[in-house]
Amino acid sequence: MRRVLSPVPIAILCVVLALVALLAYGLSQNEPDRSVEDALARGELEQAPALELPKLSGGGKGSLADYRGEVVVLNFWASWCEPCREESPLLQRWHRRMAGEGGTVLGVDVLDVTGDAEDFIDEYGLTYPMLKDKAGDALESFGVVAYPETFVIDRDGRIRAVRRGPVDEAFMRTKVAPLLEDT
Amino acid sequence: MRRAAAVGVALLALLTPASAAFAQDCPQTTLADIEDEVMCPVCGTPLGLATEAPQAQREREYIQTLIDDCRSKDEIKQALVAQFGEEVLALPGDEGDDDLGDVLVYVIPALGIVLAAAGIAFAVVRWRGAGSRGGGPAPAGAADSTRVDTDMERYDL
Repeated sequence: MRRVLSPVPIAILCVVLALVALLAYGLSQNEPDRSVEDALARGELEQAPALELPKLSGGGKGSLADYRGEVVVLNFWASWCEPCREESPLLQRWHRRMAGEGGTVLGVDVLDVTGDAEDFIDEYGLTYPMLKDKAGDALESFGVVAYPETFVIDRDGRIRAVRRGPVDEAFMRTKVAPLLEDT
Repeated sequence: MRRAAAVGVALLALLTPASAAFAQDCPQTTLADIEDEVMCPVCGTPLGLATEAPQAQREREYIQTLIDDCRSKDEIKQALVAQFGEEVLALPGDEGDDDLGDVLVYVIPALGIVLAAAGIAFAVVRWRGAGSRGGGPAPAGAADSTRVDTDMERYDL
């Protein structure tokens, strides 16, 4: 005996399945890229993605390649980010120290009003170079999803450590200091 | 007293045209008018929906500063693009560089809804048709009635 199925439950089922598929797709797209951490956990050193952005102060562009041969502490931050305030004095102190040992902190101000960023820099007396990523274009290649996030890059341009969140003295001592000694 | 009042009236007369002229020159726009048409880039939602995010708060303050500075809506949007890039604009067509894409953004969802509604309507009509044609029980024939009577005689009810 052939039973005629009602199209209404079938249509509702199709809609529910489509919504579930859409939700799954959305969740998979929002999954942060953790390939850097995965590579570090396997003991592999990945080359840092290319990064070229306008300088925050204007006057052309700056890039990560400009610092090849130096240890770079690449710090993504924004003036509206409260934890960024916490780590800024530490980064400035380490920048001064690194400058004499072939290293630098490189700040990337993300999705921020330039005037606010300049006020922030003045407030904390930051002297390290700053780039501006106005639309967040560099975030995807580094897997940045929150602020601040910091990448330690060695003299050969390879990522040696990552901190998702504010850096502290212990992180700088264990992840950055050994690279400075490595000339 | 009368002299002070006269001076007050004179001052008011002097200031009124100036403030009226200022109001005419200053484009009338509001934060509420703009925040539905721009994005909070960090939140990934229209600014109007991003209530608590610190970046959204800061973006609102920035827009309010521009409003207070008498900037028009278009000027404010341009200033936001300069700060955050084209992605800050929420409405298709604001970028002004992709006319076909801007039209398709509206046409494709509308077309999808129309097609889905038509499909459901078609399925419902067919289902009802099938129900009315073959849904009810067929009348029993003479042979069936005879068989039922024979069966019933076997039972002593």
